[in-house]
Amino acid sequence: MARLIGGIGSSHIPAIGNAIEKNAQSEPYWKPFFDGYKPVWKWLEKKKPDVAILVYNDHGLNFFLDKMPTFAMGAAPEYQNADEGWGLKPIDPIPGHPKMSWHLIDALVEDEFDLTICQEMLVDHGFTVPVSLMWPEPELRKHIKVIPLCVNVVQSPFPTARRCLKLGKAIGRAVASYEENLDVVILGTGGLSHQLDGARAGFINRDFDLEFLDKLKDEPEWLLQYSNYELAELTGTQGVEMIMWLIMRGALGKNVTEISRNYHIPISNTAAGVILFEKDA
Amino acid sequence: MTKKKARKPIPGTTIFDGRMAMKGYALNKMCYSFNEAANREAFRKDEDAYCDKYGITDEQRAAVKKRDVLKLLSLGGNIYYLAKLTGIFGLNMQDIGAQQSGVTLEEFKAKLLAAGEK
Repeated sequence: MARLIGGIGSSHIPAIGNAIEKNAQSEPYWKPFFDGYKPVWKWLEKKKPDVAILVYNDHGLNFFLDKMPTFAMGAAPEYQNADEGWGLKPIDPIPGHPKMSWHLIDALVEDEFDLTICQEMLVDHGFTVPVSLMWPEPELRKHIKVIPLCVNVVQSPFPTARRCLKLGKAIGRAVASYEENLDVVILGTGGLSHQLDGARAGFINRDFDLEFLDKLKDEPEWLLQYSNYELAELTGTQGVEMIMWLIMRGALGKNVTEISRNYHIPISNTAAGVILFEKDA
Repeated sequence: MTKKKARKPIPGTTIFDGRMAMKGYALNKMCYSFNEAANREAFRKDEDAYCDKYGITDEQRAAVKKRDVLKLLSLGGNIYYLAKLTGIFGLNMQDIGAQQSGVTLEEFKAKLLAAGEK
């Protein structure tokens, strides 16, 4: 049977893609950020998961406001990146795992999570930046198959934090019922606090982010006390993306160990976070 | 249900909800088209003709001309789609962050750095 071996929360800021492209990881601006990924690289290298479920949001590459699914899962043999309009160089296509996608879709819809099912979908920086971050060399990426789960955090109303945590738990059950013997990792991406739009652009809330990171392992329900509107106020209009980390956390279940974390301000306009949980055997 | 009327406004912030998404639909649709290099080029060649094609209102068009991001937001623009428009003008997210918050780019960057030094 498939088993979830761990989960990673990570920001997905486009500037990271540019830094990787320019090989700028050791420059003073970037070093404190990329150093935070060293334990993650080591862990992924050691564990070599077969499949990654990548929770992210599309920022206007695949989905427009004409059709905006709350949750959309990919069921394609590969996922292509493309021009987003402002200069990030597309990365090579990433292989998917359609058989496992359909298993997850069947199980999740049965579990009353009515996903939009995508046999073709372009993936934007919300997906490709985490892939490049987790597996920095194309060589390291060869064995991994990725299943995208796209969440609407663009056009309000967004799913609630509670719904995200529940979806995560359902994903945990769905992975555990997959017949192939595969090791699976789940990535919750986006955040942490940041605001790109409005006169309050540049807003960051360090105290909130740190408390979120502190609570995520043992008390992820802590975030549920806030509505998405309150989260926009407290963490910035795009800080709300942290609800996608709850999907990752929910999937892992109770017994997890925190292997590493890093928090760094700023990357571009954002407070960047990364956290690695290993599921206890 | 969340009672929208009871919500306290968030300073300097507009939530991109159904009301804004309807208001800015055509504007955002035009910006979404800028994922294609050929469309960016067509816009560069003739802004007005390109805006006509998408049914952009006069008010929105004037804000596009001025590269006025706050105004475009108030007219229904969404920041992710607007970023594709401002990218054509060579303005990245930090440039428009500075523009919206009314400071220079250096001041904007300094403010972000200061947030990390608390």
